[in-house]
Amino acid sequence: MMDRYSIWQVIGIYAALVVFLIFLLLPFFEMFMASLRPLEHLFRSPYQFWSDDFSFKAYSDMWETVPLLGRYIFNSVFIATVVTLITLIFVVPASYAYARLDFPFKNISLSIFLGVNMFTGAVLLIPLYRVMAALGILNTYWAMIVPGVAFLIPTGIWLLRSYFEKIPVELEEAAFMDGASRIYTLRRVVLPLAIPGLVVVSIAVFIGAYAQQFLFAITFNQTREYQPLPAGLFEFIGYQSVTWNEMMAAALTGVLPVMIIFLFLQKYLVAGLTAGAVKE
Amino acid sequence: MKPPTNSIQTRSTRVSQSTFAWLLIAPAMLFIAIIVAWPLAETLRLSFTDTRIGPNYSYVGVENYQDLADSRKFKQTVSRTFYWMFLSVSLKLILGLIGATLLNAAIPGRALFRILILPPWVIPIAIGMIGWLWLYNGAFGLLSGVMQYLGIVDKSYEFLAYKQSAFYSAVVADVWVGVPMVTLFFLAAMQGVNRDLYEAAWVDGASRWYRFRRITIPQIMPVIISMSLLSAIFTFNSFEIIWILTEGGPRSATTTMIIDSYKTAFSSRKFGEGAARTIVIVCLLGLFSVVYIWLLSKVSRYYGSK
Repeated sequence: MMDRYSIWQVIGIYAALVVFLIFLLLPFFEMFMASLRPLEHLFRSPYQFWSDDFSFKAYSDMWETVPLLGRYIFNSVFIATVVTLITLIFVVPASYAYARLDFPFKNISLSIFLGVNMFTGAVLLIPLYRVMAALGILNTYWAMIVPGVAFLIPTGIWLLRSYFEKIPVELEEAAFMDGASRIYTLRRVVLPLAIPGLVVVSIAVFIGAYAQQFLFAITFNQTREYQPLPAGLFEFIGYQSVTWNEMMAAALTGVLPVMIIFLFLQKYLVAGLTAGAVKE
Repeated sequence: MKPPTNSIQTRSTRVSQSTFAWLLIAPAMLFIAIIVAWPLAETLRLSFTDTRIGPNYSYVGVENYQDLADSRKFKQTVSRTFYWMFLSVSLKLILGLIGATLLNAAIPGRALFRILILPPWVIPIAIGMIGWLWLYNGAFGLLSGVMQYLGIVDKSYEFLAYKQSAFYSAVVADVWVGVPMVTLFFLAAMQGVNRDLYEAAWVDGASRWYRFRRITIPQIMPVIISMSLLSAIFTFNSFEIIWILTEGGPRSATTTMIIDSYKTAFSSRKFGEGAARTIVIVCLLGLFSVVYIWLLSKVSRYYGSK
């Protein structure tokens, strides 16, 4: 009853949603249109929205122009996955400690973690480059994974802590009473209950790792075989000509696998955020 | 029911609890120390030197900072950065609030709409910016084409070629990247609001707008504040968006502090001066966060913390 809308209200809501979505999806539409246009058409003047020489040719040619394209698409997903796994390994114990335990310097150390959120890699590139060189991981996958993990740990702790706080402490007390060790309790009691939270945190970290791999890749890695998609795309900008239509086709094709995964995961994301993380 | 912690816990278990806690935190702390804290300390050291390319440098005291304080250009950059942040964050919050309200409405198809808002957030920022570069292009971009068709401009319009339009174009692209996440968090918060509150108000005859203003907004206020800080930090630091679109140009119109420090360090190879700019950024963001945390504690007291 309360949620009933008049017909004009429904029309208004849909109209507003459509405007909202046009804004958010316009660049994708534009990229798709550009990918269909033959190269010589792109520079035709005056501007023509529609023409009859559209073709999907760029989608087959792109694999020849940039032979490593498939590898770049894989690299992007691979790097983001490894970053997510390593971040979780660091974040799970730390957020448990912040949610449950009492210890000296708790608040100070937590603010230090959250303070890291204030930086992006862009401001620390010079010293970071030296750290990567000292660790001997320049021009490897690790050169992109390690800084990725560092800048995502704070977000992970921030999100996961509130999930741990929601798990009834009585369950742990009961495990302790039965003589279980702290590690055993964490592994066998707390973690299984925190799975919805772990899913949300993993998705959020994965997005962070996937969305921001450009800068570290072009700065710390020169090995073409290890380049992620955003950096690899710039190979379409060749010495003589830029095959824009193929670049657009490659960009859209490249993000497709992750998009499809998200179709299935997004409902867990919204549900999970509702359940825990948004508690300030 | 709280367990009687004090009576059970002896001194020795409390000590072991802190040891255990620090064992859990140590790996993450160590990692951050190497990858973030050390480079930051190094940046601070560099900021007191005249390091350029090559191994030789000397300490110059606060000269780099003095130069910044005297520079009119740097002051412009700072105010431009805050204007950029204020504009972009406000737009993200307003659009996010509108979007979340729309997606929260009980209409058919909302599950589909919720999926369709995600792409800008999910894809690599650099790829989204390639799309925007194309949209903003005067010769073959859709926006210029449509504007010509509608007669707003009579020949092709290069959005990124003029100071003002480049700045606002970059703001729009930044908002585009940020809105989906803000919307999603607001939506999640709205769904967490107790429905009894709405029903009670509805029974009393409160209009939809009144319910939004007096129930939804106060209930999700902590999330609004959290998101405004997070977006402020992201926006302040947003690098790839501006760099790919304009590299800070034309004529510095889109040079924010982060772009300025990158350009000083990498394009001009003045590492010392670049480092000083980084430190100023860190201080400003630190100050900003302190104000925010103070604000957050006020707000949660005012609205009754959960």
